[in-house]
Parts: sequence; C-alpha cells; structure tokens
Amino acid sequence: MALVIRAVRGRSHPRPSLARAVLAVGVAALLAGTVAACGNGSSGNSSSSGGTKDGFTQAPQSSGTLTVWVDSTRVPAAQAYKKAHPDVKLNIVTYDGDANGSNTLQTKVDLYDRTGSGWPDVVFSAENNEISWAVNAGFTAPLNEGLIPSSTLNNFATGSLAPCTVNGKVYCLRNDLAADVLWYNAPLMEQWGYQVPTTWPQYEQLGLEVAKQHPGYLVGNAGDTFTPEIYMWASQCQANQITGLRAVTVNVTSPSCTRMASLLDTLIKAGSMSKLSVFSTAFDKKEKGKVLMLPGPAWFGGAVFDSSSGLNAPKGQITVAPMPQWPGSATPSTGDVGGGLWLLSAHSTHLAEAVNFMTWVTGNNAYQADLAPGLPAYVPAAAAWLANQAKSGYYVGNITSALQQAAGQVWSGWGYGQFSQEAIWASAIDPGLTAGKTITSMLPAWQSSITQHAQADGYQVSQ
Amino acid sequence: MNLASPTRPAGTRSKRALRRVRVVRAGHVFVAGYVVLLAAFGLVPTAYGIYFAFTNSANYFAGLSNFTAAARDFRYLPAVGHVALYLVIWLVALVLFVTGLALVLHQLPARRISRLVRFLYYIPGALAGAASVMVWLFMLDPTVSPAASFLRLLGYGTFGQVIEPGHLAILFAMIAFWTGAGGWIVVMYGALNNIPLDVIEAARIDGAGGWQTARRIQIPMLRKWIVYMVILAFAAGTQLFVEPQLISEASLGVAGRDYSLNQLSYDFAFQNNNVNYAAAISVELLVVSLVVAALFVTRSRFFDAD
Repeated sequence: MALVIRAVRGRSHPRPSLARAVLAVGVAALLAGTVAACGNGSSGNSSSSGGTKDGFTQAPQSSGTLTVWVDSTRVPAAQAYKKAHPDVKLNIVTYDGDANGSNTLQTKVDLYDRTGSGWPDVVFSAENNEISWAVNAGFTAPLNEGLIPSSTLNNFATGSLAPCTVNGKVYCLRNDLAADVLWYNAPLMEQWGYQVPTTWPQYEQLGLEVAKQHPGYLVGNAGDTFTPEIYMWASQCQANQITGLRAVTVNVTSPSCTRMASLLDTLIKAGSMSKLSVFSTAFDKKEKGKVLMLPGPAWFGGAVFDSSSGLNAPKGQITVAPMPQWPGSATPSTGDVGGGLWLLSAHSTHLAEAVNFMTWVTGNNAYQADLAPGLPAYVPAAAAWLANQAKSGYYVGNITSALQQAAGQVWSGWGYGQFSQEAIWASAIDPGLTAGKTITSMLPAWQSSITQHAQADGYQVSQ
Repeated sequence: MNLASPTRPAGTRSKRALRRVRVVRAGHVFVAGYVVLLAAFGLVPTAYGIYFAFTNSANYFAGLSNFTAAARDFRYLPAVGHVALYLVIWLVALVLFVTGLALVLHQLPARRISRLVRFLYYIPGALAGAASVMVWLFMLDPTVSPAASFLRLLGYGTFGQVIEPGHLAILFAMIAFWTGAGGWIVVMYGALNNIPLDVIEAARIDGAGGWQTARRIQIPMLRKWIVYMVILAFAAGTQLFVEPQLISEASLGVAGRDYSLNQLSYDFAFQNNNVNYAAAISVELLVVSLVVAALFVTRSRFFDAD
C-alpha cells in the first residue's frame, strides 16, 4: 500500500467531483455484493477425481514439471538430482528456506490454499518446526502410510525424524543432523597448554583464563538468533517443552536456565564470548583466526570454519569434542540448531516423482556424501560423508565419533512449536545484549515473550 | 430526416457539440484505464477487507469482535505507539524540510544549478520502495557503510548498535524522508512557480526581503499543497511496513519485527493464520486515514476557490 501511495504522489492532482464519488460508491457497493457472494463459497482446494490413498486424499495424478523449493545452500542437491535424472522436468525455485523464522513457506501456502493452486511439490525448510502448522493446514502428506517403505525410513538416524512425527505419522524427511558439539582449534589449544573442557564450569574457567592470557580470542559466541538452541537447550533449560498439540511448558527462571545465563554473562563480560552473529560481516572481519573454541551445531564445520564466506580456517586446525556437561546430570545432553526438513505437498499431482526426488536428495551419496555441508540424517549416507571428511584431511583427527555421539544426545525436552524460538530470542534478548544488559536480567522478559507468542498461536502455556 | 439537411449555422453548432462530445468521450477513455485498476487493486480489495473484518473464520457476521480481539493482542499497543512516534517525527520533518528546501530551491539564481538539484532530490524517489530501503541497510551497517566513520564517531561499531530499538522511529523517518521527500520538493517547487509574479513583485516593492516574502506570501499560498502532502503522507505513514520489515529481515529479527500495525496485520494473516484480525487492523488504518484527511480538508478549507 505504501508503494501505491508513493506512486500516486508523483502524479497530477485530480479534483474530486460529486459524480465521480457517486460512481465510485456505486461500483464499491456492487463489488462488495460480488465479494460477499464469493466469500460464502467453501475453500477452493477440492479435487474431482483423485481419492484416498497412502493415508491421505490425493489429487488426480499426472505427469509434468516437478516444482521444488530449496534454500540457496540446497540448490546443489536439486541440481545433482537433475543431473542424475535428465529425463525429469524439474523447476528449481530458490527461496529463503524459512531461516530465522521468516515464515515464508507458511505465508505462501496460506495464499495458495486460498487460490486453490500453486503449491510446490517438494519443499526444503531450514526450520524444523514446520510440521506444527503444516499438518493442520493439510499441506504435508504422510510418508509412512504407503508412500515411502519403512525400510527406507528406518535408515534415518534414531530420533532424527522426531520433528517430522505427529501421532505416529511421519510428515517429512530430515536432511541433516544438527546436534551441537564443541568446535575448537586443536593446535592452538595444545600450544597454549589448555585441556578441552568436559564440564561447563571447566569451560567457564578456561574462558576466563583465555580472556586474561590471550585477550581477543574467543571461546564461544552468543550473538545469534539460535544462541538459545546451543547453550540453553544443552543446559536443559525449560523454555520450549511442548507437552501437547497446543500446550507448552515454559520456565526460564529455573536453575537449569539461570546457570547457563550466568555463565554466558560472565564470559561476555570477560570478553571471550562474542556478541556478534557468526554470519555477520563484522564477525568474519574481526574474529578470523581468533576463535579458540566455538560451541555450535554439526554444520558449523562446513558453514563457518571451512567456508570462504565465513572464517575460512586453514586445513589441519579445526576439530570437535562433545559439548561440555553440567556436573551431576544423569545423562549427557546437547542442543540442536536446525537440520533441515524435506516436505512433500499433499496437493502434488506428481507424487511418485516427488517421493523419488525426496528420497534421492536425502539418501543418495551423490549429494549427501559428496556435496552436503552437514552430517546427513540418512545413516548410510552419513557413513560415506564422514569417510569423505576423514579423507579430505581438513579436520584434525577423526570427527566421526563426536558428531555421531552428539546426534543421539539431543535433549528431548526442547520441542518443535509453531512459534519461532529464534525469532523470540532475537527480539527479546539481542537488543538488550547489544545495549550491555545481562542475559540473567532479561530472563523474565524472555519468559513473558515466549508466553505471549505461544498464546498468540493458540498454545496453552504452563509454568 | 430533415436533420440530414441542416442549415449552415446549425451545422457549425452541431460540429462544435460533436467536438465537445468527442473531448468528453476521450476523457472517459483516458480515465477508464485508471478506473479499472482502481477497482481491481483498490475497491475490490477494500471491500474484501471490510468483509473479512466483520466476519469470523466460518464466514459468519462477527460484529466488532475482530477489532476488540486484535486490540487486546500483546503486540497491538506497542505498535500503535511506534507508528504514532514515527508519524510525528516524519510529518514534522516532511513539512519543515520540504517547504524549506523548495523555497531555497526556488530562490536559487542559476537555472542550471536549480535544475540539477531538483533532479538530485528526485532520484531516490525513482527507486522502488523496497530497493531504496536496501540501500539503507548498507548505509546503516558500519562494516560496509560508506558513512562508517560517521557512525563510529557517534559510537556505533556494529549494525546491532545502530538499529537498537530506541533509534528505529528516527531511522524509519530518515529512510522515508530520503525516499519520499524528493518528489514533494519538486511538487512544491512547481506550486511556488504558480504564484503570480506580480504578487511577489508587489511584496518586493513594499520592501519585503526573501524571508518575509516566504513567510507572508509564499508559505500561505502553499497552504493547500502542504495540507495535501500531509494527508497523503499521513496515510502512507500509518501504513509503515517496508522499512521495518526489511530491517527485521536484515537483522534476523533483532529489530523491527511486529514494529508497525501493518506488520502486525501481516503476522496475524500469515503467522497466526487469522485473516479476520488482520483485516480489522487494515480497516482501522483506513478509517483513521479518512478521518484525519476529512479533518484537514475541512479545517484548511481545502476545496474553497482562491
């Protein structure tokens, strides 16, 4: 609307006349009548033939162009499929992948639902809470009711399909595992005589020492929207415990949250914990070669360290250790940042081709083992990927066991609700952090922000 | 059939009448395109919006419940506050600077310089709304900004510091001014050219200097244009959307999410899946703009003949 008004400003200035006004009102009344008549009709998505098969109502099937939506990182996946299947007509559409809770997919699907056409056949999403709305909206098709054999689904890593599953039905395929680990610069740690911390108090202690002995070097980063999914999730902070279809428990002032908040505050104050986003140009400029340790997801290796647009760390420096743990916790736990999903549209008229595409991009070594930046969720591909990483010699030692172990230790008390925890953290905590407030002092604000956003999405919130 | 053999004077009259009919018809043809677009992208969506605002998701009449429920949302009042603050800053800046700059421009003695400056003022307005905000994303990030040293001088070393919540209203007003004011300066300049020379001449003979001419002759005679600008700028300002939305996407949601009423409406529609609340907010914006426009029009005797 603002654009329209801007365009009008530049034009000549018509003198309103009574006749024209009367005409306009007449037209408006006429149109209102038409619209009201249209509005009483039911939603537009109805299929004449088709029928219920594989656990959902399918549209009449036909052959034609397969439309897939991917984020820029997943374009090579679609291109690799095209190369391997030259006979398939593929329309690759690049979009933001819904990253940072942008909600692009839901917005578009809502519009397509209204017009009754336009849905993509297969969509990649970087947000792993898509199912929370997509199942209710009737957008995603169940995959384990006949479309994909259980032998294929069983090849996905244990627990990796949790964000895809509602009442035993699997509504998406996991692209990669994104469990958090501790990335660190091995030669530098050795040179300075530091031990890799295994507990959070050790980590905090080391962070304080680094700040004193080697000012300017970092042991971590707390300036991203996914910061809570690294530190708070690993600390078993009760910020996002989804207890039902529309129920969530939020209690971020409990000790499991405050202990991590105060650790972050201490290290931020000391100077060894950055407040910048790892994807900001400022971070790349300022911190290149200055990262001693960096807790973060499995994909940090390819996306932050071994990336020319990131820190561009040289070969033979970077490796991983398991995330530190709090003393006294019964089982080791870590968090998870993303790990994309592939969704199949229930409206697709090319289901067979679409399913073929999805299983190929998630399971075929030509993409997942050779090109994918992160650890594949499909176990056979993961083995090949890890072997490739070991062969490349980029990482110090063998990163396989730490990554695999972390994948099985993601704390299940942090769920996948419709509201974006990343967006909430970004607006509730980040501005205060920039202004010099402590995270501990902002926990009550975080609590109320989560509560308000959850309630706006119709969640019952308990504390 | 005796019309077929008209006498000479009657013929000229009917020719003139015919020409008049043709002119009128041509007018209708010219306007027709606009009317079609107005109906398709103005009236139909408005009617559709009003329909949504007064019905619920099951298409039953809902009275004012959408309005009250939307107003009770936790993001509503802050958004009203944000937009109000932004409007005050923007409208004041717009009236002062646009009038001031147009007057200065009008006083420039060299025609060529005046033409060049007018062109420069207008350039940002030629960029589409979103593109011009993109320019500002670079301007405001100290790591890539051409004005980085200035930003550092003010004590802002990171993008996050520049876009802290307290700065947003001023930043959005700056962006809106940069993108929108140029066109208005050119309009005002045109209006100044329309003031009869003999009036200015008379003022000069009476001993008025540049300042007095501006204050006592030019600004009062620009009144209607200023009112017209304020009405349209107010309507555009209450619909603030592109600036905060892009800042929000660029900052990964740190600043500008749910900042304005229009964004809240957008979120209602596409995030909370509630088109009816979204429409209620849109209708409120429409009503507010209409009321303010009506006030300005009546109080300023906008339609009185000079």
